[in-house]
Amino acid sequence: MTTGVAGQGLAMAGKKNPWGGSGGGDSGDAGRGDADQGPDSGDADPPSGDKGGPRGEGPRNPWLPGGGEDGKRRSASIEDIFRNRGPEGPRRRGGGPGGPNFRMPQRPGGKSWAPVIAVVVIGAFLLLSSIHLVEPREQGVVKRLGSYSRTLDPGLHFTLPFPIETVDVEDVQGVRAVNIPASNQRAKLILTGDQNLVDLSYTVRWNIKDLADFKFELADPIETVNEVAEAAMRASVAEKTLDETFTGQGRAEIQQRVRLRMQEFLDAYGAGIDVLGVEIAKADPPGEVVDAFRDVSVAEQNADAARNEARGYAQQTLSRAEGEAEAFTKVYEQYRLAPEVTRQRLYYETMERVLAQTDKTVVEADNVTPYLPLPELQRRSRQQAPAGQ
Amino acid sequence: MESIWNKYRWAFVIAGIALVGLFLSAYVVNEEEQVVVVQAGKPVRTVNTPGGQSGAGLKFRVPLFESLRRVDKRVLDLEMRDEEVLSNDQQRLLVNAYARFRIVDPVTMVERANNTDGVRRALEPILNSALRQELGRRTFQAMLTAERGTALANVRENLDREARQYGAEVIDVQIKRTDLPEGAPLQSAFRRMETDREREARTIRAQGTRDARIIRAEADAEAARIYADAFGADESFYDFYRAMQSYEQSFARGEGRGDSSIILSPDNEYLRQFRGRR
Repeated sequence: MTTGVAGQGLAMAGKKNPWGGSGGGDSGDAGRGDADQGPDSGDADPPSGDKGGPRGEGPRNPWLPGGGEDGKRRSASIEDIFRNRGPEGPRRRGGGPGGPNFRMPQRPGGKSWAPVIAVVVIGAFLLLSSIHLVEPREQGVVKRLGSYSRTLDPGLHFTLPFPIETVDVEDVQGVRAVNIPASNQRAKLILTGDQNLVDLSYTVRWNIKDLADFKFELADPIETVNEVAEAAMRASVAEKTLDETFTGQGRAEIQQRVRLRMQEFLDAYGAGIDVLGVEIAKADPPGEVVDAFRDVSVAEQNADAARNEARGYAQQTLSRAEGEAEAFTKVYEQYRLAPEVTRQRLYYETMERVLAQTDKTVVEADNVTPYLPLPELQRRSRQQAPAGQ
Repeated sequence: MESIWNKYRWAFVIAGIALVGLFLSAYVVNEEEQVVVVQAGKPVRTVNTPGGQSGAGLKFRVPLFESLRRVDKRVLDLEMRDEEVLSNDQQRLLVNAYARFRIVDPVTMVERANNTDGVRRALEPILNSALRQELGRRTFQAMLTAERGTALANVRENLDREARQYGAEVIDVQIKRTDLPEGAPLQSAFRRMETDREREARTIRAQGTRDARIIRAEADAEAARIYADAFGADESFYDFYRAMQSYEQSFARGEGRGDSSIILSPDNEYLRQFRGRR
């Protein structure tokens, strides 16, 4: 690739220079020279301006300051060019024909430089097109007159010059990654085996296994990789259920299967491509149903919360039971030592506590107080309550 | 200069003609292409065909009489349009497939299809109909999964048979995409997924409630066992002990409890000493 471009550049330079050279040497052809070229050659040979013919000898270089009167060329520095650009510039003023005002130095014998320059340029180009530096991660295929000749491994190589042998150097070790769907594409939903849809994006990494196969066997290897990846992915996802595509285990299996499938397909096409790996970046439910999927995880949390609450209750209940049982047991142990006394004591203590906090009315037997002022008692107790606070 | 020209004029002319003749007759066949040499509209030989004798490189022909037809030698792809296929259980599926083919007989290809695009045009409807026919025999589920392999092998065979007539060999047919068609089928699939998840969520919640209930009940049972173990030691004392606790709970003043008034009869056991009885 690189040599090809360099070759073209050189070829163009080779075409340019001989024209300029011959033009300067012979006739009014110089007028057709490029803007860059004129000043350059002119600088190389300042006195050539003297030789500029009188007006009307031929088309003059329109890019140069008009040398009509004295024939002397001014240096064509950038400032001059811009200064002369105005309406009063020489482009207007000196639009008329002028003589060619630069020349190559004379060759001994008065011959043209053109053949010499042409030979040098072509020679350099041929030399450059036969030297090839192949970098460590690269390989190059050599085609001799269109026919595959050999593969170049990394290192410095010499081939026959262009156009007999052409070399195409390609990075073979470098891993190329394809994202599917590409970032500018809309997500395509993939059908799972249980007829659900999953929104999947993945990356395929590959490199070149055999450069000659890669170059000559497939019309469009990169597009083929994309298509094969999609076919393999859809076939593999169709073997799994939706839930499996969400789990790590299922995903790993899908990745593995896609890789093997792709390799199988590509080998069948003789693509010369190694599929290094397939990674699923994202496996999500489609946007339309994502709420329902979220609700499932919410439900899981709810269920867990309910279980936790129940466990809390259980611990509380058991602790309380143990506490009460223990308290009873302790008291009972003492009670057994002196049953009657303990019983009496507990009775009186409890009554004390109870009656100390309640309103008490002792009703004398039978005839004394037949009327129970219950509402009044209640009122009194209600009045007491705020006062007590 | 002039003298050289005069001296070798004929040599120059002959060399020039020879050069022009060389340029007209020599041609380069690239590794990735094959060439059919056509003489007056009739293919006479091929260069660099798969399995053929002569490979790529510099070749010669009779100028003017023989013209060249360059044909791709590489594996080409045949892209199918999205095709709606009806499974035998009346479900629709949008299928998109591709085929990979290679021109193995460029003479036939040139005669019958003119160029590779012609082959594509000829094969595309065949691929569509073969796929539709083959998949249409299967259930929706089978279209998606297990039988895909055999179905595609059949399609490949059918397509290959047709392609041979155009000098092409079909290497592989793969389903690239199987999608539900937009609109009702897609919406109903979403609906089904949604309800499926709703069911799942409901089940999970119910399981949570069930587990919680069981955990509580087990705790209650265990507590009852602990109580029974402890209190069973002396039932009459428990009765007394618990009664005392109960009175305290019921009558003592405390947060959130109603006020109590107790009317005691002088006969009450508690007032036994109060009355000075003995």
